[in-house]
Amino acid sequence: MKITFPHMGNIYIAGKAFLEALGQEVIPPPRCSRRTLELGIKHSPETICLPLKIMIGNFIESIEKGADTILLVGSCGPCRFGFYSILEEGILRDLGYDVEFIVYEPIGEGINKLKENVFKTLNITNIGEVLKAARLGWRLIHKADQITELANETRAYAKDSSRVDLIINNYHRKVEQVFGEEEMMDLMDKTINSLNKVERKKNYEPIRIGLIGEIYTLIEPFVNFDIERRLGHMGVLVEKSLTPTIWLDHHVLKFPFGSRNEKEKHRLARPYLKTLVGGHGRETVGAAIGYEKRGFDGAIQLLPLNCMPEIVAKPILNRINRDLEFPIMTLILDEMTGEAGFITRLEAFVDLLNRRREEDSVV
Amino acid sequence: MKDKVGIPRGMFYYDYYILWENFFNNLGVEIVLSPETNKDILDKGVHACVDEACLPVKVFHGHVDYLKDRVDYIFIPKFISVYRREYCCPKHLGLPDMVRHSMKGLPELIKPKVDLKKSNRDMKRAIIHTGKYFNKSAGAAIKAFNKAQNRFQRYMESIRQGAMPIHGIKYDEYNPSQILLLGHSYNIYDRYINMGIVDKLRANDAGVITVEMLDTHTMRKHTSGLSKRIFWTHGQRIVGGAFALMDEGLIDGIIYISSFGCGMDSVLMELTERRAKKLGIPFTILTIDEQTGEAGINTRIEAFLDMLKWRSKDEDNLPTHGEYIHSR
Repeated sequence: MKITFPHMGNIYIAGKAFLEALGQEVIPPPRCSRRTLELGIKHSPETICLPLKIMIGNFIESIEKGADTILLVGSCGPCRFGFYSILEEGILRDLGYDVEFIVYEPIGEGINKLKENVFKTLNITNIGEVLKAARLGWRLIHKADQITELANETRAYAKDSSRVDLIINNYHRKVEQVFGEEEMMDLMDKTINSLNKVERKKNYEPIRIGLIGEIYTLIEPFVNFDIERRLGHMGVLVEKSLTPTIWLDHHVLKFPFGSRNEKEKHRLARPYLKTLVGGHGRETVGAAIGYEKRGFDGAIQLLPLNCMPEIVAKPILNRINRDLEFPIMTLILDEMTGEAGFITRLEAFVDLLNRRREEDSVV
Repeated sequence: MKDKVGIPRGMFYYDYYILWENFFNNLGVEIVLSPETNKDILDKGVHACVDEACLPVKVFHGHVDYLKDRVDYIFIPKFISVYRREYCCPKHLGLPDMVRHSMKGLPELIKPKVDLKKSNRDMKRAIIHTGKYFNKSAGAAIKAFNKAQNRFQRYMESIRQGAMPIHGIKYDEYNPSQILLLGHSYNIYDRYINMGIVDKLRANDAGVITVEMLDTHTMRKHTSGLSKRIFWTHGQRIVGGAFALMDEGLIDGIIYISSFGCGMDSVLMELTERRAKKLGIPFTILTIDEQTGEAGINTRIEAFLDMLKWRSKDEDNLPTHGEYIHSR
């Protein structure tokens, strides 16, 4: 069994080491590229949202490298992500690829099926080992996220922000060469060390921007044109409202109660939106208010074209924008989005935030 | 003076209006219905709504805009789920919130939450909640609803006999070809946004079937073969209805009307098109948005119908290499 999974930001780093530590052969898809996107667009339905298109590209490229089993997380509505597995299976079958799909459906869909899938993919036979494996996975994903966050912070404060890019590029290159959990942890620790050594500006108060919106576009740098890095080079401190750690904490670790972090977002969203709207629509609204309360300068909402929950959130964000005088910009991403236009809008938004700050300091 | 409740003629109006109308009448409340969608309503809706939303949601905003100065309340239920363990479209889930936050100067909204995901108990809560606006006791509200529901069941029965929502115009004449008109009820029954496609098909001697004419049990049976249950109740109806009619060979072709940017349709179209291709049933998609031109739609309908005619006239259906010509 040669396992592969779709790309989503830094998840492949933790996922690879995790499955390898459990004795599985892993073939992570090549990093997302123009080719991935083009393969995806060619074989996916035209009107589906962008994440599916990229995933199809990922799968085809992994299968070319020899993968025969695809690991995926499922959901049961109301966002269309729940149908990804059935669509993807149909598309790959039509292309003549004979791969096995293993989908982790939510517990509500039947615990036995989930148990069987977990045991099969993780190469284990009893519940005790599941817990041990889970702890390992958690440690890895947590550290991977820690690196992403530290890199973002260092970039904003660094005297020479390109040094951070050098370290991170080096890290990504080495990830593909190391094997298993121990070597990965070692590599991650070294990366954290070198990031901490980067020289920082003193008495610098960076502009702070919260990134909110749909989880895939937030996490996958290929889709969002590396927005964290670009803002970092402009001297902006970015924070994402959703990361793999936050997701796991809410949906797996604290199941079925949900994490405090996410419940706080629901509480903040209450005056504007009381019920769920699918995907992370309600969390987007809550996160925007949360960033305002924490004194951030602004927020940017990212969504793939036609993302239903985020479209519902958008008029509400407009209202928050007016009510709280908190700048929120919406950027919609799809395969036609041009890089230059995207950057111009980012620069304009940062200029606006800088300007607001200057005006406030005069008064 | 009687309270006036406005009901926008959009979204679930086409599914549940008869129920709502009878319910409010039984409560002794006056209903003001917005007129059929027209250019003015569409323009107002496009102006009020966020650009990214789909056409029916924009049209719905337009209807709310028409009503807002004419009534005391506007009735916009928040449909979360109408069936166990299933959902409605995310835009229905947030519809009252989208309207509330995009428009100014609205009268009070009556937005009972309909969430039957776990049990049917929530329905009662929604009914009592609505009744309270008119100082009705819980018992009176529920009685009014039950009476309305009986009437609604009879209406649904007439739809299953082949009548068309919303006024139940009967259709039973013989037609050489039967077209399955697929899509969300608010796209296929709103004559303005789909440019009167039903009338156009009938004028061209084509019979029109919609999935509302099938019974729920048949539709659910036909999707049970999929590897994943369809967790959108209305998606389930579209896919199940299409599968049932295709499997039983009752239709000659399918026209799918989809509004641009519909998230559910992107999945449903793919599922039905795949099955149609396999069975060799002609399938076409008409995408509509606020800029669709009528001439283009006409041309495509005519071409589709011509194709069906030639197909039955010219093709001999003799196997070539063991396959039917029109199957892939």
